Amino acid sequence: MGSHNPNIKLIVDGKRLDGRAFDQLRNISINVGVLENAVGSAQVIWGDNKVVAGVYGPRDVFPKYQQKPDKAFIRTIYSMATFASIEEHSRSGPNKRSQEISFVLSEAFENVLMVEKFPGKMIDLHITVLQAAAGTRLAAFLAGMAALIDGGFPLNEIAAGVSAGKADGALVLDLDKAEDNFGQSDLPIVYNSSGEIILLQMDGKMTRDELTESIELTSAKSKDIMDLIRKAVERKYAGEVKTELNFR
Amino acid sequence: MAQIGNTKVLAGVKLSMMEPFADEPNKGVLIMGAELLPMASPTFEPGPPDERSIEFSRVVDRGIRSSEIINMESLFVEEGKVLGLFIDLYVLDYGGNLFDTGTLAAMSALKNTRMPKIESGELIRGEYTGNLPLGGYPLSSTFVKIGNFTMLDPEIHEESAADARLTICTCEENIVAMQKGGVGAFKKEEVLNLINVSFEKRDILMKHIR
Repeated sequence: MGSHNPNIKLIVDGKRLDGRAFDQLRNISINVGVLENAVGSAQVIWGDNKVVAGVYGPRDVFPKYQQKPDKAFIRTIYSMATFASIEEHSRSGPNKRSQEISFVLSEAFENVLMVEKFPGKMIDLHITVLQAAAGTRLAAFLAGMAALIDGGFPLNEIAAGVSAGKADGALVLDLDKAEDNFGQSDLPIVYNSSGEIILLQMDGKMTRDELTESIELTSAKSKDIMDLIRKAVERKYAGEVKTELNFR
Repeated sequence: MAQIGNTKVLAGVKLSMMEPFADEPNKGVLIMGAELLPMASPTFEPGPPDERSIEFSRVVDRGIRSSEIINMESLFVEEGKVLGLFIDLYVLDYGGNLFDTGTLAAMSALKNTRMPKIESGELIRGEYTGNLPLGGYPLSSTFVKIGNFTMLDPEIHEESAADARLTICTCEENIVAMQKGGVGAFKKEEVLNLINVSFEKRDILMKHIR
């Protein structure tokens, strides 16, 4: 979340700047099996976010000290392309933000994967944000989740998430770029299919009541996103779509 | 310095003249850093910040930044010149619960941060014009879940046995930052309950800020 700016109107005539209702998500499209070399892959277009994920493994752990005797080591690398955001050209390579996101994504993926099936091995999830427009960590999680399913990895659950936040004092779901930059709070949450919370971060200001309502709204919407993952996988196996990268 | 159990975190605040960020030319800059000193734990290694230290500094940063207790516009000096507020957290001894100890240390240090004297756009070292005004005290409560038990303020063994961790930072009537960690999951009602507990426990932490 950026800084709150009271001079920028985010709600006009009861609607958000992009015309959405308060609880309406941006358009989400998922396409699986888009990369040749990866074991599993997916691309996600979520509003103006464009994300590609590729999974490798299970393979030998390198560096070796990260090996875990009883389960797989999950390494998630979330990165943003240098040209991805509307702001200045950024440096390539990890920064503190991307390292923190990689870390929380790894923990969430470890929850959904049956890591005990691959003791001493590692599973590598590489997720790259090619175009960024707020909510990239959740788009990245979605791409990673779809790529894991595409790769046939054994899972305990599937999972998906959406953010809640406040814009001009109104509780809204799935913040867009303006709402993220100038709104009053941002709360990304990922739920597994049992409805439990496996990723949660929050910044900004929210009262207890607003937070309670946010959790109710986001948990309901996360189920809709899980359905989109299922449909994307079905489409691949039904041969309905040519699975290739397509960002239009 | 703040100490919770065996965890000791020293926070230092320094103000320096710097260029503002291009998108916020009339605001000062808040920069949080954290050093997990190898002397503090056999599990801390020398070298650049690892993911643990990055998460630590970013969680403490979020609580303080989102609560808007520091008027960043008051750190503006002149066109192209603002004050940078550098808060550095040095972990001297590690016995679990870094986040709450770090937030407490940072808030204690901010409370007695003196504003440097500025004359014709230059910062005069060693001369001050009163304390940095604070609009409130964000303070965090960290919980871990082990099996069916959820406990506040985990010590080092509880942390290593934990399935999941949740940090909730509150300021006045607001929740200003949260961070879930660990592989395990929380139920929705557990999160809402822990939010209530963290509002209750604020008062205890507040007593330690002098």
